[in-house]
Formats: sequence, C-alpha cells, structure tokens
Amino acid sequence: MPPEVNEALLRSLTPSVLAVLVRRGADFAAAEDAVQDALVEAVRVWPADPPRDAKGWLVTVAWRKFLDASRADTARRRREDLVDEEPAPGPAPAVDDTLQLYFLCAHPSLTPSSAVALTLRAVGGLTTRQIAQAYLVPEATMAQRISRAKRTVSGVRFDRPGDVATVLRVLYLVFNEGYSGDVDLAAEAIRLTRQLAVAIDHPEVAGLLALMLLHHARRAARTAPDGSLVPLAEQDRGRWDTESIAEGVEILQAALARDRLGEFQAQAAIAALHADAPTAQETDWVQIVEWYDELERLTDSPVVRLNRAVAVGEADGPRAGMAALAALDQALPRHTAVAAYLHERDGDLTTAAQLYTEAAQKAPNLAERDHLTRQAARLNARGSR
Amino acid sequence: MAKYLLLKHYRGAPAAVNDVPMDQWTPEQISAHVQYMNDFAARLEKTGEFVDGQALAPEGTWVRYDGEGRPPVTDGPFAETKDLIAGWMVIDVDSYERAVELAGELSAAPGAGGKPIHEWLELRPFLGVRPTITE
Repeated sequence: MPPEVNEALLRSLTPSVLAVLVRRGADFAAAEDAVQDALVEAVRVWPADPPRDAKGWLVTVAWRKFLDASRADTARRRREDLVDEEPAPGPAPAVDDTLQLYFLCAHPSLTPSSAVALTLRAVGGLTTRQIAQAYLVPEATMAQRISRAKRTVSGVRFDRPGDVATVLRVLYLVFNEGYSGDVDLAAEAIRLTRQLAVAIDHPEVAGLLALMLLHHARRAARTAPDGSLVPLAEQDRGRWDTESIAEGVEILQAALARDRLGEFQAQAAIAALHADAPTAQETDWVQIVEWYDELERLTDSPVVRLNRAVAVGEADGPRAGMAALAALDQALPRHTAVAAYLHERDGDLTTAAQLYTEAAQKAPNLAERDHLTRQAARLNARGSR
Repeated sequence: MAKYLLLKHYRGAPAAVNDVPMDQWTPEQISAHVQYMNDFAARLEKTGEFVDGQALAPEGTWVRYDGEGRPPVTDGPFAETKDLIAGWMVIDVDSYERAVELAGELSAAPGAGGKPIHEWLELRPFLGVRPTITE
C-alpha cells in the first residue's frame, strides 16, 4: 500500500501557497481554485512520488493550473494583462501573507456564514464537499456560497492589514459549531487559531486559543455514551484532557501578563477556573463572578449577564442569583433554564419543575431540550413519591 | 447560520388574500406560478441558502404499531384532517430576519389574475446543533 498523504501538512501549506499566487498577480478567486486543484493533484500523485519540497511543488502546480485556467477562460487578453501588470519586485510586504488571507476571508463585507466558509476553504484547505457536510447543506449550495464570497472580496486590496477582531469572531463561530460529519470543526478551529497565533502576536488571539483548548479539553466528558448532555458539575473530571488544559492555562497566563485584557482572555479565564477545580464543589465562584464583571464591562452582552447570574447563584446563594436574574430580559435564550436551576437550588422544586418544562419547550437544540425535559421529569417523579 | 423550514399548507393555514383554487386559474397563470417557484429555488441556490425543497401528495395514510408479530395498522386518509402539508423548503440563512424576508418573497408567488397569492407560510426554526461553549 502506498503511504498516505500527510493531509495535515498539505492543508497547513494552503494559505502560504495561495498567498504566493496572489502576490504573483493572480486574482484571489482564480488563485484559490488553482490551489484547490493542486491539493487534489497532490493527494493523487504524492503517495507514489513524494516531493522533496512540498510547498515548492504546490506553488509550481497551482501556478500551472492557474495559467491553464486563464488560457481556457479569457485566452490571450488575460495573460497579456498579467504580463503588463506584473509588479516590479518592491519592498518586502509589511504584513505576513498568511495573516492577510485571514483578514481577507473574514472581511467585514462578508456575512458570517460566507466568512466561515471562505476561511475553511482558502485558509483551512478543506474541500467544498467537506465544508458542506460539516454544515449539513448540499454541496452545490456551499459551492455557491463560497464563489459569492470570493466575488465579494475580489476588489479588496491584499496588502492592507485588517481587523484581528473580525478574524477571531469567525474562528470562534467555527469552533462553536461543534462537529458533525467527517470534519471536526472544533479541532479545525484550534488548528487555524494556532496558525494565526504564529502569524500575529496579539493577546486576544492567544486568549481565543486558550479558550478553545480549555473547552476542547472537556469534550469527552461533556457527552454521555448515549449522546445526552452532561452538565459541568456532573462531569467526570478524570476524563478532562489535562495536557490541553495545561497548554491553555499557560497560553492564557502569558496573554494576561501583557495587561491588554479582551473578551476572549476573560472567557478563557473563567474556563480556566473551572478547569482548575478538582471537584465542582471546589470551584472558585467568587473569582468567576469577578471575571464575569470584567466580561460584562468589555462586551455589554445580555448573555454574559445571564451567565453571571448563574455564577452569582453559586457564589452568594440562589436568592442572590435570582435577584441578578430579575434585572434581565425574560426573552433571553436560556433565561427560563437558569430560573429553573436557581429555583431548584433554592428548594422550590414545584416551580423548578414547571420552569424546566417551559425551558425545554424553548430550547434551541435537541440535546438541551432532552436534558431540560429530564430535569423536569426528575423533579416531578420526586414529588409524586 | 440557522436552518428554517418553510411550510406550505393545503389546509390549515389562514386564508390567503388572493384565495382562488388553482383549477380556476388560466393555464398561463399556472405556468407563471410554477416558473416563479423554480426561479425562487434557483435564486436561493445561487445565494448559497438553499438546502432542500419537496412537494407532497395531498393524500396520505396513518400507520401505527399493533403489537409483536402483527402487521402495522393503517387507516385513512381522513378527509376531515385540519392541517395538511403541501410541501416545504429548507433554507440555511444568517438571521431570522432573512428567513422572514425569503418567506415573504415565496408568499408573493403569482396566482389567479397573475396577482400575488399572499399565501400564509409557516416558518419553523430547526433545533440546532448544540454549541460547544454555553457556560
């Protein structure tokens, strides 16, 4: 059997190969197609004939694919333009090429879903089919979404730095999608954030990477064998990935030491405090509330205030949690679920059961609905005994 | 991103503004209607928002388990069934507002007299994938 192609290596080279083509004057959309074609060819050819210089091979093949496509497309005119426009070798680019690709794929002119799809393909090197499977849409739909996204950013200058915050939002979206199908989007988001952290030294990039590692570390413990949700307090902490936690904590500490706090660092700090506690009872809720205060100051987000109410309930008792909750809009997602939990902690099981049932009806996904229904059933069974 | 189901009813929806049964339309008006629906789906494919679209036959059968070793019991169709689904479209969009906008467009499909039907469509969100970060 021929050796398998190292797909991780192949995909990690995608952005830099693409950047070379764009620097040579290929327009982004055509260059991106050419790189995808080159990746497909690499998977076919490399097992029998591995290249000595993987990146050089990809650049050569992708450039040839690009020229072939241009010839087939608009024939001579395009090539002549290209020769005319070929820029004189100027000063070295001020911004890393890979970084530029992240900026381009997360450009503010793109909708969130388009930015996600384009990032996974152009930076992540995933195929359209893999992305379509991950997001449970037909391949044709995903192909259109990506080609529209490419058209949208086609006029964007490649040599100007963008906003790191927009890139982080896109990567956070990818991570939070979890995983379905072949592609592990959470692992892919971690890989892309790691790669970004190499390209740019920024405390919030580090903060997001730490946050992802800390959450990813708990993944195995978060779901029971039957697929049901296991809440944080009931998770088997022995199944947490301590290596991932240690790395996350180390990255976070280095970021925090730079004293440029941002929302991802604050979120990671909360995740780290959970990871730190040997048992749920030993969780430092007082510190967690303090971090939620910071996070609220940074984001002014009602979702943060809701999570803060839970933390207050743990730190200062359920009544204090309910008081914090009372100040919030009842229409907030998961508001009723939090109310149910706080009532249960306060000993009002009848109200808690009713609220769990109500919360289940409003749950945004199946796992949470089943979990909340089970909570209601548990309390109802106790009452009838 | 969120997926929504656009449900079209044979029966059970509030009455449309231009509520004339299809067999009273002219053949050209029927063609125009079908064309509009096809164009709508094609446009959604181009915007990368289309997931699925299907039409259902109006008549169905009720089926239930009838115990170990026995064939399932079938019954119906029941003419009095209040709610009858005619078909659906599944879309994958960036926001609830976009889903409403698209449902509005679909409801504007031309009917009798070549005028929009203003048909009521039911918009139902899918129960999504559980996000990784919730706490």
